[in-house]
Amino acid sequence: MLDDLFKTVKARLGTENREPQSRVQIPSGFMLKCPRCQKVIFQDDFEGTEKVCPHCGYHARLTCEERLELIVDAGSFNEMDGEMESLDPISFPGYPEKIDALKKKTGLREAIVTGTCTLHGESCIIGVMDSRFMMASMGSVVGEKITRAFERATEQSLPVILFTASGGARMQEGIVSLMQMAKTSGAVARHSDAGNLYITVLTDPTTGGVTASFAMLGDIILAEPKALIGFAGRRVIEDTIRQRLPDEFQSAEFLLEHGFVDSIVERKNLKPVLSNLLKLHKVSERGM
Amino acid sequence: MAGLGSLTAWERMGLVKAKGRPNIEDYIGLIFTDFMELHGDRYYGDDAAIKGGIAWFYGQPVTVISQVKGKNLEENKKSNFAMPHPEGYRKALRLAKQAEKFHRPVITLIDTPGAFCGIQAEERGQGEAIARNLYEFMRLKTPVVSVVLGEGGSGGALALAVCDRLGVLENAVYSVISPRGCANILWKDPSREQEAANLMKITAQDLLQLEICEEVIEEAPGGAHNNMELTAENIEKFIKNSFATLCNLPIDIMLATRYDKFRKIGDFIESDQQ
Repeated sequence: MLDDLFKTVKARLGTENREPQSRVQIPSGFMLKCPRCQKVIFQDDFEGTEKVCPHCGYHARLTCEERLELIVDAGSFNEMDGEMESLDPISFPGYPEKIDALKKKTGLREAIVTGTCTLHGESCIIGVMDSRFMMASMGSVVGEKITRAFERATEQSLPVILFTASGGARMQEGIVSLMQMAKTSGAVARHSDAGNLYITVLTDPTTGGVTASFAMLGDIILAEPKALIGFAGRRVIEDTIRQRLPDEFQSAEFLLEHGFVDSIVERKNLKPVLSNLLKLHKVSERGM
Repeated sequence: MAGLGSLTAWERMGLVKAKGRPNIEDYIGLIFTDFMELHGDRYYGDDAAIKGGIAWFYGQPVTVISQVKGKNLEENKKSNFAMPHPEGYRKALRLAKQAEKFHRPVITLIDTPGAFCGIQAEERGQGEAIARNLYEFMRLKTPVVSVVLGEGGSGGALALAVCDRLGVLENAVYSVISPRGCANILWKDPSREQEAANLMKITAQDLLQLEICEEVIEEAPGGAHNNMELTAENIEKFIKNSFATLCNLPIDIMLATRYDKFRKIGDFIESDQQ
């Protein structure tokens, strides 16, 4: 993960070709470079702040394991549908091979993990998308797991919290992936009609068909600072209008300003904010 | 004239993008009587990329909603080449909710390259507008019948196509991404769009096989443009037959069936089945 997103300064310092004692001075991964502000960060500082750049506040992408560790009560997570894997609905060239390679590389079976958990003792169903797996694009498995999560939550009157991150619908599953947008939205609607709470936390990057379906349907929509959130890809828009877009375009802050996000919450505050929201809705359920 | 059964997806795309392809303006008078257009989303404006209103269909009031493809540059400038902004989708939803209130069925006619990608579309929440339509159409308590007339471009098409029965004209296409976009991502070469089109399974026949649509609607021999009256008749038949099934269903059964229609789409295994 770190290798993917935070280039170590190792190469720039030329440690690769030096004698062993230099390596001791600057071990691999000791320092990182923030992809947003380009400033050097010490690994320890970075880990200590839950992967937030101390200079610019950029919230680096987390793996689903890291996210769960940060949010759910220790030992409370029970995964649902963990065995589910994609097939190849439109016989798309190279798709099964790509899935296999990613499974080996990431140790994940698909782009989302769902399960039951507690959060400061409050029960809920949680889903976390992981951008390491095909940019967490939504195909049959992502659509099915989310749908089952909402159906189970509806049956058991549980709230749902989804951490979204996605490049959008998965092209390699063609029209079948597009239909997952309708399928998941239908499951959200049933959950909502039964009076249950749904919270989305938009993380970097949430785009395309995921933005245009379950990500934007939360009763409460939170976002991490500076996360990229949008429908159309930045490059597509730049090609259409033939000019460069400002940096803050499609940021969490941009969405807040335009009325599409309830609140931007720093990573370190997410767990208390979420558990408080769960408690608030439990009270109103009992009341009057 | 010979049938078009052997055309490739790319050739069909050529047909539906051709200038003479009939659009909503052609069909509306042929299929419906006394269409009255209703404008605006009540929040922001009136998007000319989507046309909606009330009309008669075989003695029954119906709500009609469609994307508007122009036939020349002037018309296309007005309707933004049938690429709606969020206010277009919100107008469509307003009219659908109105139809629900007055117990009339909704007919949507799909013809769009996709939702518009631009600064203002993002500022006004293109993603939210599409998501809201999927959510609301999924629980809309009145029958919804959709027909893809030409291009069904991704989420921008789906936002009007959550329905009880979907018909697709013989040469129409419906896809998750444009073949050009697909070629660009897959091979970093948009010029290979023809190759991409042919492997993306986007034709009416593909959609029937994948159980995305209920019916392929025959066009006039050689394509809809050769005889739009005949094509309109076939669309009319599809809508009429759909209503015959739907209008007798109790609402809760209809909604459950609509949910299941989308619910069952997906291709996966769970390891213990391996």
